[in-house]
Amino acid sequence: MEKRDFHVIAETGIHARPATLLVQTASKFNSDINLEYKGKSVNLKSIMGVMSLGVGQGAEVVISANGTDEAEAISSIEETMKKEGLAE
Amino acid sequence: MVEKLKGIAASDGIATAKAYLLVQPNLSFDKISVDNSDSEIDRLKNALNKATQELGLIRTKAAEALGEEEAQVFDAHLMVLSDPELIGSIESNISDNKVNAESALKEVTDMFIGIFEGMEDNPYMQERAADIKDVTKRVLSHLLGVRLPNPSMIDEEVIVIAHDLTPSDTAQLNRKYVKAFVTDIGGRTSHSAIMARSLEIPAIVGTKSITDLVKEGDIIIVDGLEGDVLVHPEEKDISFYEDKANQFENQKAEWNKLKNEKTYTADGKHIELAANIGTPKDLVGVKDNGGEAIGLYRTEFLYMDSPDFPTEDAQFEAYKTILEGMGDKAVVVRTMDIGGDKELPYLTLPHEMNPFLGYRAIRICLAEPDMFKTQLRALLRASVFGKLRIMFPMIATLGEFRKAKAMLLEEKQNLKNEGIAVSDDIEVGIMIEIPAAAVLADKFAKEVDFFSIGTNDLIQYTMAADRMNEQVSYLYQPYNPSILRLIKGVIDASHKEGKWTGMCGEMAGDQTAVPLLMGLGLDEFSMSASSILKTRSLMKRLDSTKMAELADKAINDCDTAEEVVRLVTEYTK
Repeated sequence: MEKRDFHVIAETGIHARPATLLVQTASKFNSDINLEYKGKSVNLKSIMGVMSLGVGQGAEVVISANGTDEAEAISSIEETMKKEGLAE
Repeated sequence: MVEKLKGIAASDGIATAKAYLLVQPNLSFDKISVDNSDSEIDRLKNALNKATQELGLIRTKAAEALGEEEAQVFDAHLMVLSDPELIGSIESNISDNKVNAESALKEVTDMFIGIFEGMEDNPYMQERAADIKDVTKRVLSHLLGVRLPNPSMIDEEVIVIAHDLTPSDTAQLNRKYVKAFVTDIGGRTSHSAIMARSLEIPAIVGTKSITDLVKEGDIIIVDGLEGDVLVHPEEKDISFYEDKANQFENQKAEWNKLKNEKTYTADGKHIELAANIGTPKDLVGVKDNGGEAIGLYRTEFLYMDSPDFPTEDAQFEAYKTILEGMGDKAVVVRTMDIGGDKELPYLTLPHEMNPFLGYRAIRICLAEPDMFKTQLRALLRASVFGKLRIMFPMIATLGEFRKAKAMLLEEKQNLKNEGIAVSDDIEVGIMIEIPAAAVLADKFAKEVDFFSIGTNDLIQYTMAADRMNEQVSYLYQPYNPSILRLIKGVIDASHKEGKWTGMCGEMAGDQTAVPLLMGLGLDEFSMSASSILKTRSLMKRLDSTKMAELADKAINDCDTAEEVVRLVTEYTK
């Protein structure tokens, strides 16, 4: 299993367009990918799950991937996070 | 028999065609216990597939008809449809509770809608609840085997009749066949109205009862210029509106030639024709209609469209966008004008007997200095990005103006101390909408940089007639010599001090008032962007010396508004 911590810096947090982009990225991989925030974990391939967490600016989130392409999945998600100025 | 219905004219133009009723089918169902949950899950999957296909088709059509950006809303819908969390929850709801797919779908989507609607500090997420409702309805229709109306399948000329139009409804309207639309609810700024203007088809909203009055296939006429709908028109009505539609098309083509011209009278006098706007999005319309400036930016929309007081940065961004967008053309920004008929959910105002005579606009701003200072700072910071003019609304006394201006200067100094650049070239003026200020205009003119006359309120206060009350609407008399005298006093007072006067009420774009106002020497006319070109065309035909003679006669010789109107007709023939 691959895990990575992120510190959310986007002013509006993770929803709207950024959430859509993250879900689109995660959906490209076979691994199970989860987003964990405040003790709650949701499927990162689910737009409803991600948006229902209401992740705001300054939040600490953990993304984990489990499966054959877990390493690529995590690095691809990290790339999206940085490219969109979402988190560091 | 012909029946006439009045609504709000939301988009210009005239159309005659058959009615197409875009009303929702019955989507009610019973909760049923099932033994075989696998077959219910199959039904669900089948419905999801069909809904996905249908939405894909709608998305393609929307991209063709409206462009890629407008079509993207359907990507969000498609994503909801393929959401593993959502589908997983519905499937387990079916198998755990042994219920039919319809009730499992409803239960799960209701839960998500509840979560999103509950995010009160986040209007964006609240709107997403509407997306889920839209998608749920589509899946449900496939489960129940009923058809949602599909406007994209229309293949003859129609006028669409609806209670209201959702984004996905309007996206499916094909311009080739949809000649107009009419709705029960909505206003000039509702989604359906904005969409109609971008599609350039006539629209009338807020008719209250069009869906009760009209049956599928009825012939109707829509006059988007006046806000009139005619149901079952007679032969003579049809030919009358045919002529009117042709005239309008010819006129529009003529007006369009004036788009890149400045406004000059027949005798070569320049007059500034400006636009009234509510949001940065309106800049497109200002440019398309050749606006020479912005004469009124109503900042209250920033407050009304926000879940809490807009921050200094949010306001700064909006002001900067508009100032930069207009380049070297002036932008008059009116500070917050809440109160009267405009409320804010997060600002509790006392219940008043006469809200128009109560706690509103500058009166609130002076009593809530922190809120006011935030707006002033945002404006001052934006001032270096264009040609800013600041205007205070509802000023009754010089004391109020002095206080507001002192606060502005104080914030300017504060910003400079903080090392933030502020323009030294900002004109500061007031709205003239209270008769007391109009009467004392000579004193005000020594201290302000400009006046802008707000006629809607000036007329209601001068006539002591509530403009929301239909029983006294006959007193809304912009051409009454009493109103014209007040206006003349204001313009003359400003000119005496080397200042200028504009007008940003409805009257400035009124084709009967324009000759009079020109004659009175009004320097700037600010109106809805869509009225600019026709006014420019009118002014080109008018001679300012002759209009001065007209204004003089109207003020000195006429007793009533009716006489003034007759005089204008005579002079502009």
